[in-house]
Amino acid sequence: MSKNIKFLGLLLTLIIIFIILLKGLNVSKDYSNEKLKSKIDFSLNAKKLFSDEIINISDLFDKNSPSVVNIWASWCAPCREEHQFLMKLKDMNINIIGINYKDSPKNAKNFLSSLGNPYSEVITDNDGTKSIEFGAIGVPETFIISGKTNEIIKKYIGPLTSDNLIEIKNLLKKNA
Amino acid sequence: MSNYLGNYSLYIALIASVYLIFKSYLDSNSENKFLDKNFILITSIQTIMITVSFFSLVAAFVISDFSNETVFNNSHTLKPLFYKVSGTWGNHEGSLLLWLLVLSIFLFIFLLNSRSQDTKYKLLTILFQQIIISGFLVFILLTSNPFKTLYPIPSEGLGLNPILQDPALAIHPPILYLGYVGTSIIFSASLASMISGNIGDKWARHIKKWVLVSWVFLTIGILLGSIWAYYELGWGGFWFWDPVENVSLMPWFCLTALLHTVIVLQKRNSFKEWTIILSITTFSLSMSGTFLVRSGILNSIHTFANDPSRGIFILSFLFILILMSILIFFFNQNKISNTAKENFILSKETAILVNNWFMMFFLSVVLVGTIYPIFLEVLNGSKISVGPPFYHNLLIPFLIPFLIFMSFGPSLKWIKDKLKKFNYNILIIFFISLLISYAILTKTENSFLLSIPLIVFSIYLLLVTIKDFFVSRSSISQKISHFGFSLLITSILLNGLFSNEFNSNMKVGDERIFNEKVVKLKEVNVTDVDNYKSLKASFEVTNKNSSFALYPEVRIYQQPLTITSEADIKTTLFSDNFLVFNILKDDGYYNVRYQYKPLMIWIWISTIFIGFGGLLSVIRKNEQKY
Repeated sequence: MSKNIKFLGLLLTLIIIFIILLKGLNVSKDYSNEKLKSKIDFSLNAKKLFSDEIINISDLFDKNSPSVVNIWASWCAPCREEHQFLMKLKDMNINIIGINYKDSPKNAKNFLSSLGNPYSEVITDNDGTKSIEFGAIGVPETFIISGKTNEIIKKYIGPLTSDNLIEIKNLLKKNA
Repeated sequence: MSNYLGNYSLYIALIASVYLIFKSYLDSNSENKFLDKNFILITSIQTIMITVSFFSLVAAFVISDFSNETVFNNSHTLKPLFYKVSGTWGNHEGSLLLWLLVLSIFLFIFLLNSRSQDTKYKLLTILFQQIIISGFLVFILLTSNPFKTLYPIPSEGLGLNPILQDPALAIHPPILYLGYVGTSIIFSASLASMISGNIGDKWARHIKKWVLVSWVFLTIGILLGSIWAYYELGWGGFWFWDPVENVSLMPWFCLTALLHTVIVLQKRNSFKEWTIILSITTFSLSMSGTFLVRSGILNSIHTFANDPSRGIFILSFLFILILMSILIFFFNQNKISNTAKENFILSKETAILVNNWFMMFFLSVVLVGTIYPIFLEVLNGSKISVGPPFYHNLLIPFLIPFLIFMSFGPSLKWIKDKLKKFNYNILIIFFISLLISYAILTKTENSFLLSIPLIVFSIYLLLVTIKDFFVSRSSISQKISHFGFSLLITSILLNGLFSNEFNSNMKVGDERIFNEKVVKLKEVNVTDVDNYKSLKASFEVTNKNSSFALYPEVRIYQQPLTITSEADIKTTLFSDNFLVFNILKDDGYYNVRYQYKPLMIWIWISTIFIGFGGLLSVIRKNEQKY
């Protein structure tokens, strides 16, 4: 291969990488935006944590009122901290769907049996792709999703706090 | 006051930089024998100005001058002094100022240390280094000025994040930066030597020091980051393959390859082009690291508030530098006198080449795992998440040949070696490592086929590197680093195999039996501290004949209501015992998580060995043998 061809090839590769990264800058800007994914793809299938049964996620949502979706993992320390607030939400009869993110089923079940299970159903997400479908970037994250229009009403990045509880309650009441 | 001082000294430094760029460019075309005295003078003025600027920011942090926006956003009057000072570089603006400071100090040291070098080479190094410095100056002044003022002056700052108040985290960025920025000198010097045509054994000896210094700082910097993640985040791990961690690991692989290649250049005067390519790549990776972290293109626990103009600036600057270096490389390639030498398969040169292949492979895996998700998202909008399994599956199988290779590669001779008569020592060592591995593997239930050769060869390598201390001719620094590396791999493997944990709900007085140990929750003391309520538990862990206590804590902050858990870690030479607890409900039960992690401390110690070997090589003046 002559020197010029090598040089041009390298130059072309560089320019392509440059353009992609430049575009990437704009994409990632939306990525952290709360309204990036305003609708959830309800045709998604997922495996249940406790029964290994594969279901369509639209079955988990209550069609008439909004549900809370919480992405968590047993290895995630902040998830442990927010767990008590999820239990409080459960006590208010709120439908919470858990997505178990990159976790071993054994540890996940241990976590729930020792701390209490706030979820109406837990689906597993071994490779993290389900969570990405929701537009999540890590654990824990909590979404409020309308069962009617499958839109994301609100998204919390990081562990929930007691202030969020009141907000979630009000949001659910408003959107019911 | 300090705001003006800091701001204007940066402008003066920029003027100095522009002057030096033109002056060094003009002088490099003339045939001057000596370096103009002005260069040292102007470079010292520039270094002093940047130092003044940096310390005026430190001063603003120390006296909590909230008229400065950076201080307001990142500091608080209640912070201890140590964290006020370290807060200077704990944010985007301050950390870039630190980058700049190290850049200019390194150039200054370089000038003082390279008196014996060719003038044209020195001028060109100044030129390239000043291009980098001016780029950073413009970047800071345009998009991330740390001296923006606020009026009216707020009475209190915003930055009181307890997670960031950790000694390892406070010194981790400066150490890592010393490593990153050291590669800039290697970059500038290799481009300069390409143009002036002085690549050879003499240049290799001169640049090797910089390679070693950067490598030592990078090694220790990565170590400190890992220690922080382990002790402060408290998830019980030391490496999470987080994109920001990967970004520091990539230049490390490249620099390790360069470190070995530069020795071949020094001893055998070959691998010239490859040395240059590695130098350029190492610096590009360090710069890309800055780009990836600072632009917010990655999503990770480390990412900072992002501003797209910053990302576009660093990206363009990075590509201008890479483009410049590629142009220089291609148009000066003919200046490299390639004294073609015959290479034999069984020689130290080949061994180092193979080391380089492995390093490049490890680098590519980490690079793909870090960058590919960004590419895929741009190209077809799909999002993938790359986690530890990806890295483990791709790296671990290749670790086995790497370990085997490392056990004999370093003892080969230069030029050509012979296959010696059958070496009984090696066979004995191999047999011993088989026995040890058998003893280890029978104790664990986890017996994947892959873990057998891994354990065997890591122990084999460990024994060989110990043996080398007594018989091998290589330098003591190399022996220490290689021993440290084999110890690191062995500790990581054993740690991974034997770590275990239990999770249980306990109330005061309860006991749980776990792996022949009794964990007892003795009491929980509730006290009121400044702005939080503290629940300090006292656990007793009883082994067969010994016992020790652990005191994890839960803190309840009222405004706003947050609950944090402080794990207690008991570290001994053999294992770490990690205990953390959480409040469940009001019925007196606590959730307790206990982890047993063997050989944890050896992961840190072995990394210190690796770095110490490099340090020793910097200090020792005449390392004749390798």
